[in-house]
Amino acid sequence: MDQASAVDIRKVNKFYGPFQALKNIDLTIPPGKVTCLIGPSGSGKSTLLRCINFLEEYDSGEIRIDGQLIGYDAPGKKSSGRKLREMRRGIGMVFQQFNLWPHMTAQENVAEGLIRVRGLPKADASARAADALRKVGLGDKMANHPARLSGGQQQRVAIARAIAMEPRLMLFDEPTSALDPELVGEVLTVMKTLAGEGMTMVVVTHEMGFAAHVADQVAFMEAGELVAVDAPDRILHQPQDLRIQSFLRTYHERNAF
Amino acid sequence: MEWSVFQQYGPMLLRGFGVTIFCWLMGTVLAMGLGLIIALMQRYGPRPLRWLLQVYIEVIRGTPFLVQLFVLYYGGPLVGLRLDALPAGLLGLTIYGSPYFAEIFRSGFNAVPVGQLEAARAIGMSETNIIRRILLPLGLVSALPALVNFSIILTKETVILSIITVPELMYQVSRMSTETFRYLEANLVLALFFWGLVETISRVGRRLEARITRHLIERV
Ligand SMILES: Nc1ncnc2c1ncn2[C@@H]1O[C@H](COP(=O)(O)OP(=O)(O)OP(=O)(O)O)[C@@H](O)[C@H]1O
Ligand SMILES: [Mg+2]
Repeated sequence: MDQASAVDIRKVNKFYGPFQALKNIDLTIPPGKVTCLIGPSGSGKSTLLRCINFLEEYDSGEIRIDGQLIGYDAPGKKSSGRKLREMRRGIGMVFQQFNLWPHMTAQENVAEGLIRVRGLPKADASARAADALRKVGLGDKMANHPARLSGGQQQRVAIARAIAMEPRLMLFDEPTSALDPELVGEVLTVMKTLAGEGMTMVVVTHEMGFAAHVADQVAFMEAGELVAVDAPDRILHQPQDLRIQSFLRTYHERNAF
Repeated sequence: MEWSVFQQYGPMLLRGFGVTIFCWLMGTVLAMGLGLIIALMQRYGPRPLRWLLQVYIEVIRGTPFLVQLFVLYYGGPLVGLRLDALPAGLLGLTIYGSPYFAEIFRSGFNAVPVGQLEAARAIGMSETNIIRRILLPLGLVSALPALVNFSIILTKETVILSIITVPELMYQVSRMSTETFRYLEANLVLALFFWGLVETISRVGRRLEARITRHLIERV
């Protein structure tokens, strides 16, 4: 990692009509660290994550990537498409539903951004795509279309597609939630490797094990508010806040059998 | 039944069939092209333009092709648009078919999962590239059955061009009927030709569909 990004989220608000999805969010995401976002369904985790690469527009406040405001040139003044695309190049994103392009092979999926966004020649892009796929353990599946890959493999292609662009920040939105339990491990392993290399990662997850063992900090959200940010241990094992306690109780009950 | 009339009228009917195919093919391609442009402008254009196109779609869909053709061919010269029968017919088919194709493309685009477009946006792809590389190919795949279906419907609309004297199959069939009083034979030929044409189109359509969805169907 030549240089991992830092993200500064200051007083961010987001409305869907009259409904406030994000309430005055303040969060510092240190470079080279893993931040996990947890919280009940509908609490605004995805919304916050998607604001970081401006897939979702926030209404007020600031989100800065390495000091640079994303989505706006100045508060209230949207930046140009070109500038936004420029910033997005440095931010990888992995979705719950993989969102691979079904008409392209694994290798073409990964090469696409290198060709269209980075402007690499096709042969170069293909070689790099192959490298990225080998890195996620899919060296033998490069010619497969997504329909011919398992969920875990598809998600690893999606990760390869993001890392091939050499991002300095990676956003994950419940990357393992759509997977059968036996496929979760292979994806988490790739993510751990990435974290070990010093990538800045923001991970929305229901995998408390991952949060406990890999995260450097855990942020808990509820009803659009950021309730607490702390070391994983202090959120997951000694939570002070009643809302966190109740969330973890439900979580443990659901996972007990 | 009296089949000897075909010795005399056969070549003429064949020529008519040729013109029918030509009109159908040109009309379909042009209407599809215009429909695609309309669908894209409705998706990405400014609001007033989208509204204007919606009015166009409603008006064209709300009036019979025959009326549109009359207005174009007989009303056109009044505003300085003087067209021969064939170009008028092609233009008519293009205009008539375009809103239907536009709607087919629109729903095809809507069938592309938003997440796949967001994935492209998230790596910094430009909107033009997203349209070219993701939206169009995937939208077309979804739209293909409906596109083929409407193309088949258009084959039969070509007979209306006979009204403005385009020498297509219907025109020749009418001529033969009035000259020989062999109405039944003439119309049987008409039916047979169209059946063959439609059958061919739907076969080609099915092949095309099988071919392009080959990789898209889940077979893990
Ligand atoms: N496009 C939208 N329009 C209106 N409301 C929305 C929209 N997207 C999200 N919301 C609302 O915003 C709130 C936060 O949604 P969000 O998807 O961020 O929750 P989440 O914490 O990611 O939940 P989950 O764990 O279920 O994914 C929810 O109440 C949701 O209904
Ligand atoms: Mg979510």
